[in-house]
Amino acid sequence: MSETSHGIGGLSFDAKKRAWPNEMNVFIALIAIIVIFEILGQVLPYMKGQSLLFDFNTNRDGTILNMVRLKIIILQVSIIGIIAIGSTQVIISGGIDLSPGSIVGLTAMVAMSFAQTALVNGNPNPKAIFGEAWMDLPVIVPIVVAIAVGTFAGLVNGLLVAYTRIPPFIATLGMMVAARGAAKWWSKGQPISFPTEPFGAIGNGMSGWSPVVIFIGLAILFHFILKYTVYGKHTYAIGSNEDAARMSGIKVDRHKVLVYTIAGILAGLSALVLASKNLTAQAGMGVMYELDAIAMTVIGGVSLAGGRGSIVGTVLGALIFGVIISGFTYLRLDAYYQEMVKGIIIVAAVVLDQWRRQRAAARA
Amino acid sequence: MTNDIILETRNLTKHYGGVHALQGANFTLRKGEHVAIMGDNGAGKSTFVRQITGVEQRTRGDVIFDGKPVFFENPMDARNAGIETVFQTLALADQLDVPDNLFLGRELVKFKFGPFSILDYKAMRERTMGALEKTGVKIPNIRGTIERMSGGQRQCVAIARTATFHSKLTIMDEPTAALGVQETAQVENIIRTLKEAGEPLILISHNMRQVMDLCDRIVVFRRGRICANLDIKNNDITGEDVVAYITGAKTQPEYADAA
Repeated sequence: MSETSHGIGGLSFDAKKRAWPNEMNVFIALIAIIVIFEILGQVLPYMKGQSLLFDFNTNRDGTILNMVRLKIIILQVSIIGIIAIGSTQVIISGGIDLSPGSIVGLTAMVAMSFAQTALVNGNPNPKAIFGEAWMDLPVIVPIVVAIAVGTFAGLVNGLLVAYTRIPPFIATLGMMVAARGAAKWWSKGQPISFPTEPFGAIGNGMSGWSPVVIFIGLAILFHFILKYTVYGKHTYAIGSNEDAARMSGIKVDRHKVLVYTIAGILAGLSALVLASKNLTAQAGMGVMYELDAIAMTVIGGVSLAGGRGSIVGTVLGALIFGVIISGFTYLRLDAYYQEMVKGIIIVAAVVLDQWRRQRAAARA
Repeated sequence: MTNDIILETRNLTKHYGGVHALQGANFTLRKGEHVAIMGDNGAGKSTFVRQITGVEQRTRGDVIFDGKPVFFENPMDARNAGIETVFQTLALADQLDVPDNLFLGRELVKFKFGPFSILDYKAMRERTMGALEKTGVKIPNIRGTIERMSGGQRQCVAIARTATFHSKLTIMDEPTAALGVQETAQVENIIRTLKEAGEPLILISHNMRQVMDLCDRIVVFRRGRICANLDIKNNDITGEDVVAYITGAKTQPEYADAA
């Protein structure tokens, strides 16, 4: 840590000087975890000197990297990663959102209903939800529907949190249960399938890379929004000291509504990508996604106490998640261990955050 | 009435239900004048300030600021009119840096687009540096977060807002109550700088030495009323006299009904 002098007379107006960014620690953790898997691959007798990320022997793609695994690592976290972007700004504002997993389920069902084809292999669509007139709609219709459903759910969350003053944990827990119920009610529990080709391209296009592109695109957009706009500054300020924000004239309640609404929209977009990628929607989609998303943000250094964290951290946190999942598969370990280690890492990340906060408080 | 009066209150009164927290306060502040408000806990000092800064709405009476009667609905209104308050509890966001805090709620933007307006960090940094130099505040690194700063530095940041926004009146509510000796000295230096710059100030303080050193005048509150208006620069008034007024041992003749 770089420490500046805090003496009373210390006069050095250094506008350029900045502290060691917390994201660096997360990045180092990511590298460390990769190195551990690489070493285990070399050392474990049954692995016969394999590598997690490198591909020295076959070199199929003309690169030294194992592109297949790299793609899997990013792909499997990108859909939850989109949710995690929303969770990041909610947590920075001092709140929490438990509903995105259920919003994903509901949105996937509703959006898929507007994305169905009339004919499947020359026969009428067996899973049709609406009549003929609602088949083969342009792809923009399910996209708009998904955004609308996400906006509505997020708006309800935001209004509850801001104006009833109940804890965000409870407000979004209610939405989590209610939205899951709505998802099941929508088609009486039946899966909805057979979307149009353009809809299928949302999650399968660009030779399968499109979820990654959407995730990274949204991450860059929200990095910019959080760092360089008034919206971002007020989000940090509210999470940091809500009273100070209010006294400074920030319309805290209105801002919170916006924060939760945007989280809802991102959950809706995530549902769109997921339903498209799977070419089907089921009421049980997205179960536990909210917790994985929260875990990614926490691992990425976003403080559950609010006011601290960044999208860069969350993306790195998501990558740590992806590397662990892929790493365990590559070591041919059962999924049980994966979940146990994930649990340990989440707790460790929160303990670290607490420890860092106490040190910052002690220094002042 | 001369027009060098920046703030005047006439018969300013505040009742909380049956509690008469502030009664008939007549107060004037001239441009460039530093006035201390003293009094025991519950004497009505903070209530008085809350009515002026729009934190609360007065029961009756007038507030005339800069020649015009004013009715501030909230602290933002007062701030926009040019009254900057340094609150007892520091209204700072710990995880943000100095310019962020100075401009909180009134950020400078490069490009206006509703809540997604783009911040002009460079302009905010430059104005922050200017303000800090003007007030003589020394902070090693303005891009460091507030949580990494000492109590004195935090207080200085809160005070530096005044200089940044060219306010017409600064109100400080016990700015040094929680500070050490050196830090208190630093804040007092800033107050002297404000005096030299001719910026009017209302200082609420319990620190007799500080008030005697820094202010032109002391207004004493007791049980919701003003009970003395002491010109300490021109008259020979000792700390003991002030204490006598605070405790109720003495009352100035013109405020006799306050006894």
